[in-house]
Amino acid sequence: MGGGTQCPTMDLLRSEPMQLVQLIIPAESAHRSISYLGDLGLFQFKDLNSEKSPFQRTYATQIKRCGEMARKLRFFKEQMMKAGLSPSARSVISDDFDLDNLEVKLGELEAELIEMNANHEKLQHSYNELIEYKLVVQKAGEFFHSAQNSAAAKQREDEAQQRGEGSIDSPLLLEQEMVTDPSKQVKLGFVSGIIPREKSLAFERILFRATRGNVFLKQSVVEDPVTDPASGEKAEKNVFVVFYSGERVRNKIVKICEAFGANRYPFAEDLGKQFQIISEVSGRLEELKTTIDFGLVHQSNLLRTIAHHFEQWSHLVKKEISIYHTLNMLSIDVTRKCLVAEGWCPVFATNKIQNVLQRATVDSNSQIGTIFHVLQTKESPPTYFHTNKFTSAFQEIVDAYGIAKYQEANPGVFTIITFPFLFAVMFGDWGHGICLLLATSYFIIREKKFSSQKLGDITEMIFGGRYVIMMMSLFSIYTGLLYNEFFSVPFELFGPSAYGCRDPSCGDASTAGLVKVRATYPFGVDPTWHGTRSELPFLNSMKMKMSILIGVAQMNLGIILSYFNAKFYGNELNIRHQFLPQMIFLNSLFGYLSLLIVVKWCTGSQADLYHVMIYMFLSPTDDLGENQLFFGQKFLQILLLLAALVSVPWMLFPKPFLLKKQHDERHRGQSYALLENSLDDSDETELHHGSGSHEEFQFSEVFVHQLIHTIEFVLGAVSNTASYLRLWALSLAHSELSSVFYDKVLLLAWGFNNIIILIIGLIVFICATVGVLLVMETLSAFLHALRLHWVEFQGKFYEGEGYKFQPFSFTSLDTEDE
Amino acid sequence: MYGFEAMTFNIHGGYLEAIVRGHRAGLLTAADYNNLCQCETLDDIKMHLSATDYGPYLQNEPSPLHTTTVVEKCTLKLVDEYKHMLCQATEPLSTFLEYITYGHMIDNVVLIVTGTLHERDVQELLEKCHPLGMFDSIATLAVAQNMRELYRLVLVDTPLAPYFSECITSEDLDDMNIEIMRNTLYKAYLEDFYKFCQKLGGATAEIMSDLLAFEADRRAVNITINSIGTELTRDDRRKLYSNFGLLYPYGHEELAVCEDIDQVRGAMEKYPPYQSIFSKLSYGESQMLDKAFYEEEVKRLCLAFEQQFHYGVFFAYMRLREQEIRNLMWISECVAQNQKSRVHDSVVFIF
Repeated sequence: MGGGTQCPTMDLLRSEPMQLVQLIIPAESAHRSISYLGDLGLFQFKDLNSEKSPFQRTYATQIKRCGEMARKLRFFKEQMMKAGLSPSARSVISDDFDLDNLEVKLGELEAELIEMNANHEKLQHSYNELIEYKLVVQKAGEFFHSAQNSAAAKQREDEAQQRGEGSIDSPLLLEQEMVTDPSKQVKLGFVSGIIPREKSLAFERILFRATRGNVFLKQSVVEDPVTDPASGEKAEKNVFVVFYSGERVRNKIVKICEAFGANRYPFAEDLGKQFQIISEVSGRLEELKTTIDFGLVHQSNLLRTIAHHFEQWSHLVKKEISIYHTLNMLSIDVTRKCLVAEGWCPVFATNKIQNVLQRATVDSNSQIGTIFHVLQTKESPPTYFHTNKFTSAFQEIVDAYGIAKYQEANPGVFTIITFPFLFAVMFGDWGHGICLLLATSYFIIREKKFSSQKLGDITEMIFGGRYVIMMMSLFSIYTGLLYNEFFSVPFELFGPSAYGCRDPSCGDASTAGLVKVRATYPFGVDPTWHGTRSELPFLNSMKMKMSILIGVAQMNLGIILSYFNAKFYGNELNIRHQFLPQMIFLNSLFGYLSLLIVVKWCTGSQADLYHVMIYMFLSPTDDLGENQLFFGQKFLQILLLLAALVSVPWMLFPKPFLLKKQHDERHRGQSYALLENSLDDSDETELHHGSGSHEEFQFSEVFVHQLIHTIEFVLGAVSNTASYLRLWALSLAHSELSSVFYDKVLLLAWGFNNIIILIIGLIVFICATVGVLLVMETLSAFLHALRLHWVEFQGKFYEGEGYKFQPFSFTSLDTEDE
Repeated sequence: MYGFEAMTFNIHGGYLEAIVRGHRAGLLTAADYNNLCQCETLDDIKMHLSATDYGPYLQNEPSPLHTTTVVEKCTLKLVDEYKHMLCQATEPLSTFLEYITYGHMIDNVVLIVTGTLHERDVQELLEKCHPLGMFDSIATLAVAQNMRELYRLVLVDTPLAPYFSECITSEDLDDMNIEIMRNTLYKAYLEDFYKFCQKLGGATAEIMSDLLAFEADRRAVNITINSIGTELTRDDRRKLYSNFGLLYPYGHEELAVCEDIDQVRGAMEKYPPYQSIFSKLSYGESQMLDKAFYEEEVKRLCLAFEQQFHYGVFFAYMRLREQEIRNLMWISECVAQNQKSRVHDSVVFIF
């Protein structure tokens, strides 16, 4: 046990022991109890009303009220966004708001805000209308003015013409015309207004059609976009004046104007009146402007006070909603005096939960305390690993494959070391490792800051896995030192190379001229290997063998874990007829190969291991000849081969037959019982079915399942071992790529002895290193390590059919539904 | 063309087909309807719908809710989806999608013309129009006094113009004329849509011709039933039937002479697909016919989703959503007016 309030010491291998608990909570303290449990965050409620639809549940009305409040809060938020305010994070935590008070307060604020908005809108509407009016008056005035000018000029011309021709034409007729003309002109009316520009063309067309062309439309463009009074949006508009004759046409035009959303404004022909209107309008505009500004200030003040409390309120509302949702999961006693909750909690939290419930009872002045009652159940409990910020990312890697069955051995424990290690085997370069370490330590150092803010998708992911990346980088520094590669350049960090030239003339491209002059290089690969002709064969052979050793070790670990699982669940059958043959099969083939590798490394023998392995199957009795590594090898090989051959049917046959036998025995026992007391046989069978342990035993199904399992394991032993060779392949790819970038970019640029080329080369090198090696290679090595863990390692023992413990907790409230 | 859609369909239509199938997955199920039917207030309905695709459209509505708001918001969702699909569509799918809305356009035109005939406010009428059937100068319809003006002023710019050429008369508009106009327009529209689908060929033609034939037949039956006892002559009635469909041409001849509902029934029962519809009804009853037809239509529309690589799914989806909105409207009305016993009368379960 840790200190007082801490959880017990971390035991990641198996899920925390869980228990199904029934709480009987008096109705008066229910709300507070749930709230306290939410603060504690160690209790997962079961939905006892799953057959009821949401609105039939007890607290549906409260949820509706909270939903209404949440809507108001959203409304405030929207308003704040519009006003450019953000809810202050450092909101004052004032006295606890009661939900009812809050509801009233929110209602008041909303009403106030809505009224303000309505007033503002009204003012803005008339303001915009006045602006449009002003525009119409100005534009139409201009138009009339120019028309009058031209008309006057025309008239003068006409008059001049008439004067010239008057003597020829009959003066009587002319007089008549002159008399009738003004009366006709009086009938000519006009409508002026403003219309959105994109509609103006259609407007003109419809006008023309509707009046059969008996109108005259004059438009002029307003340069600046105008705010439309109705919609409040900026739009490009045209001022128009339509001339018509006759009342019917006028009605039509008015209707068409309405249909097109064209705003009509009266216009006086008289110039003096025009000026009067313009000055009047300008005056009113200024008045309105000040009123609107004042309203805006008032509104933003109100919003600022809202912003001050916003976070607190929204948190409270979210909390209340979640409490009521939880309360809805409880079943209500018929007397409505108490609520019954069922749920899971870790055994270690029993005391804490009881304390919390006690406190709730006291705080709500309840007469009766809450009854805490542990239930016995056959239901599988949820899986709960107590992770911290370091282990949680590794546990996530395992959980992504499947949540562990309750108390199943958790591969997450081993993943913490093996995952970064396998990654590093593929990513062995201590230069790159240091880069990675620097990048991840940035995240780790600024952890506090990052965890409080919202990050982007990819940043979030990197931040979540910061400790995984840290471990990966540390391990890749380690393997990089082993491989002796720093951006593919070897260093003599651990003393001078063991090899030296026999004589000063020896070429540096061949190991043939080198002799061993000192003791073996103490740590990792000797730097002399780099750049020699035999570098690749040497490194390949080493990394390949190393991959197989690592692979066989990890697969053995997987099978051993299956033993621990079987032992934990008391499944003797699995130990004897699954674990044992599997162990024998794997180790008699690939365990033996690993042994040969180690022996070969130790003795420095020249034996061909491929040959040994292949002929172990093809002709086991043949003499090994020069490939013999140790005495009695042939005998051992025959023995191992036989063991492997035996273990295959061992895996396949006994288990299904034994299962059938077990089932038959149980069944027989049941039928005896039926004979003895036939009265309550129905109960008996129901009980048996209720337990749901072995409903129907389908032998063929079990057998086929076992057959598949066996084939999978036998073939898998070969293919999985081969799969571990990816460690070698990726490591090879990584080192070759980095040496190509180093040789062909950096050294080539260096060779030109030109500073500009060098700088370009350096930039290309950095880009390639960061882009290809640090980002893409990391990703690919990560994915391959993931695969090795999920398929090759966890496939050996991990079922992953459990479900996660999701306690009711308030801490996750703020992060969700953003 | 037929049989090779699988090779080329996804180049242009694949994305949208996926989208529309995704939308279809959001249709309310029988379980949803069962829950909705148990609601006590409109707020309950809102609460239930907030867990469905309609959630984002309803969540910001203040609490005393009205049936119209529910329907309006649900329709808004359909319109948003339609607009999104139309934006993404290329030819000939975009034309196909536009065809789907012409029916609403006809209804809107008729609505406004009837409304102005009875001197209702244009703005009020505009609010009642289906948003899918809106076009720019729709409000100008109120200006028109007779069909010729209607056509010349407004409709000549709309896609409905070609359909109108058949029913231009200088007669003044009255209720009867408008109804005939609606049916003539619909007839022309359905025939045009049918022709268009035939031109597309392939699975689209196959499925759409089935769906449109059903639509045409249903309209024929409705026209017949509605015109019994009016002054519409047999020949005029005969003219309103679309020139395709299962009933064409012999069924139409029989329907044209029908004098009461039982004769209609007699005529229809000769066609096996419609037998089942009429066998549910008792003699002399026509109230439940609408529902029976809707149920049959929904069944056929759902079947359209069983086949891939055709445009019928878009038509089917739009129709199913509309049916769903009708259902929601009925349920909301029943709940709002405390008529819960009648809730099941008109609800057509989709799944």
